[in-house]
Amino acid sequence: MTKWLLTGSQTVGPFFAPALLREDARRHVLTQSETVGERIRIEGHVFDGDGVPVPDAMVEIWQANAHGRYNHPADQGPAPLDLTFIGFGRSGTDDNGRYWFETIKPGRVAFDKERLQAPHICVTVFSRGLLNHLVTRLYFADESSNADDPILQQYVPAERRATLIAPREQHNGTVVYRFDIILQGAGETAFFNV
Amino acid sequence: MEHTTIGAIIRGDREVFPPYLYEAYQSTRRRAPTLPLIDVPLTISELTGPGPRISAVTPEDADLTRNAGTGGEAIGQRIIVTGRVLDDRGNPVPNTLLEIWQANAAGRYLHKRDQWPGPLDPNFLGMGRCLTNEEGVYRFLTIRPGAYPWKNHPNAWRPAHIHFSVFGPSMLSRLVTQMYFPDDPLHSLDPIMQSIPTEEARKRLIATYDHNVTEPEWALGYRWDIVVRGPYATPFEAEVR
Repeated sequence: MTKWLLTGSQTVGPFFAPALLREDARRHVLTQSETVGERIRIEGHVFDGDGVPVPDAMVEIWQANAHGRYNHPADQGPAPLDLTFIGFGRSGTDDNGRYWFETIKPGRVAFDKERLQAPHICVTVFSRGLLNHLVTRLYFADESSNADDPILQQYVPAERRATLIAPREQHNGTVVYRFDIILQGAGETAFFNV
Repeated sequence: MEHTTIGAIIRGDREVFPPYLYEAYQSTRRRAPTLPLIDVPLTISELTGPGPRISAVTPEDADLTRNAGTGGEAIGQRIIVTGRVLDDRGNPVPNTLLEIWQANAAGRYLHKRDQWPGPLDPNFLGMGRCLTNEEGVYRFLTIRPGAYPWKNHPNAWRPAHIHFSVFGPSMLSRLVTQMYFPDDPLHSLDPIMQSIPTEEARKRLIATYDHNVTEPEWALGYRWDIVVRGPYATPFEAEVR
């Protein structure tokens, strides 16, 4: 079958915020009061190759619900849907390069017919100077299933795995997973060819 | 029917997508990753993605000439920009969210970081959004944006363009890009557009003037189709290595 030529990517540029981060387009809080799952906060910075915070980036996340089911027709898995949970978040970075989300910890989803993946959140980064967006994953430091996760263990080189694993912290009763995204240089985040 | 199954690594976008490091576009130098991207098998995480429910789109959102809500109309050449969102087999992508933003007719963005002395237009916000219909068709009414200067190199000007953000059926189809206008002498001088590696792929970013889209006594018409990666994977039927 003839494949159509794809439309190429271009940078989001410096001026996207009024459109993509307007009040009804950004989405820091993914949960509603009825949403099932452990409440967590995800917090981090985006840094450039000089270690300088990137104040004009946008971070999007996509995740399964607490049962391990994506709110999408392609996911026909046995885990139940949570109709109060879409699983999409979008945050800008502030002047200190910081982004944040309030969400729930996702359940495990299938890797193939036999194996499950460790809980994870898909992370996409856009900014001026990125001609294509970047794709990575956040894994949770306190999950023992990380040791069996096929992507983490078979595809991500051992020396880069730590960049994908968010440590768990507690702040005033809130569970925070810290996930800094380093675009370039020392500690460069492992980005995926997706 | 041919399927890409979970476990397969699909690539082959290097003729279409720019490199991360493109020296002529200075902002890439400290933001481009230096280590190779990691090839990973596609899983249900990549083969799903947010649907249209992430945004409450109203018909007014697609009219940038009036959506500032001032009661006034934006100044500039009124244009219709329409086209289809297709996957790379030519199938329409229905019911997907498009978000656009652009400079005003004078080339000025309504943004605190845009401080060049082009005039602002109080009746123009420069942002819009819509969902594609069942045939994958989108349509915006706006004004033709102006070119504007930037500080990338001496006497640098961006050609007139409209930024597009597209979701499509899955994480694989997520795309942020820019639509350009035909016959613009600034194209060959613009490092952002020239970062697209082939002439054929650059042409994909340029809209076509279409007199059938033009409405008499009203607006000039441009047609621009967007081709994103399709949802061919068949989850849960994978034979993984």
